[in-house]
Amino acid sequence: MAEMDTSSGGGHKKGPGVKKGKKLSTRVDLTPMVDLGFLLITFFIFTTTMSQPTAMKLFLPKDADKPEEQNKAKESGVITILLGKDNNVFYYEGQLDNSASNFKSSNFKDIRAVLIDKKQRTPEKDLVVVLKPSSECTYRNVIDILDEMAINVLKRYALVDISAIEEELVKKSEQMAGATASN
Amino acid sequence: MGRAKLPRKSTSIDMTAMCDVAFLLLSFFILTTKFKPSEAIAVTTPNSVAAKVAPDKDFVMVIIDKDGKVYLSMDDEAKKEYIANTLNNTKGLNIDVKAFKKAQYFGTPFSSLASFIALPEDQRKGGNLPGIPVTDTANNELVTWMRLINEAYLGTKAPNLLMKGDNMAKYPSFKAAVDAFKKNDFLKFQMITNPEAAPTGTDLWKINQTGEEKED
Repeated sequence: MAEMDTSSGGGHKKGPGVKKGKKLSTRVDLTPMVDLGFLLITFFIFTTTMSQPTAMKLFLPKDADKPEEQNKAKESGVITILLGKDNNVFYYEGQLDNSASNFKSSNFKDIRAVLIDKKQRTPEKDLVVVLKPSSECTYRNVIDILDEMAINVLKRYALVDISAIEEELVKKSEQMAGATASN
Repeated sequence: MGRAKLPRKSTSIDMTAMCDVAFLLLSFFILTTKFKPSEAIAVTTPNSVAAKVAPDKDFVMVIIDKDGKVYLSMDDEAKKEYIANTLNNTKGLNIDVKAFKKAQYFGTPFSSLASFIALPEDQRKGGNLPGIPVTDTANNELVTWMRLINEAYLGTKAPNLLMKGDNMAKYPSFKAAVDAFKKNDFLKFQMITNPEAAPTGTDLWKINQTGEEKED
């Protein structure tokens, strides 16, 4: 490391009678200063990159009052995703059966595989994802599932209000899951 | 035997150049850093793969905190003045227009807005405010706010409508806010998130790999 350099030029030959004046070097040890400089640099580098929030765009459909104005979707191409509480995800394809036999439970890890599978099975123009967040789910869940749309490049999706039947089903499945987990 | 004389070299290095570079970089980063304004409302935003940087000027932001309380924030003072005047005229709220213009955010029902504005800035902390009432669908005050904003921006470029929600906020608040947007024909808005990389192997990742421009 650099240190205070007190020896001056050195090469000068003084005559025998000349008194040596103590020569103090003007060089200062800069190491601590450089240390401090780099410390501050790292600090500022981290703060700049961290505080750059991004924005996710969402386009809302205009409310269509008349049923004939609403967008039609082929039943075979529709997958409905329901968000419950505690990060639970449920989904069904097409219409919901009367007996709710096609109502399946999932979670945020597995839903991607379901979506990819659905995407491969369906022609692109028919594929519609319907997202139905229940009143128990969090904002984070909504963002996560919208993000899932972006990740899997699903172009057509819609946020739709949950129906009472579906809300009921979500609650029931959650209770059942809770019951089996506690046994 | 004559020995080859090795010239003695000092181990000390001249630090001046390094010091110069270090401080040059330091000053660069100091100048480019934008500190987040100390936020009175604590919000932890979720992560998303969205790559677009959030706009930081000309915005109207709806903030939802972890208890689902809704706040409104906007930066254009001229528009705020208009809103304050309209509120005073139509609802007789008696708001101090100057203070309203300077206020960073609003988070009370209209009925207590005047007394909220009268408070000094440092006492308007997010935690103890009631928030704008939204969950009651019949009396969603955010609808009125958005209508006023719509009027204020009439004839000018539409503002960047932002939504900043906390991870733990429940869906009904979000839905109420979205309903308020819809009712006023704000059909496009952006949600503030923290960046995150697209997971490897997914379709988006493949698109990013090929370097194609992503559609907005």
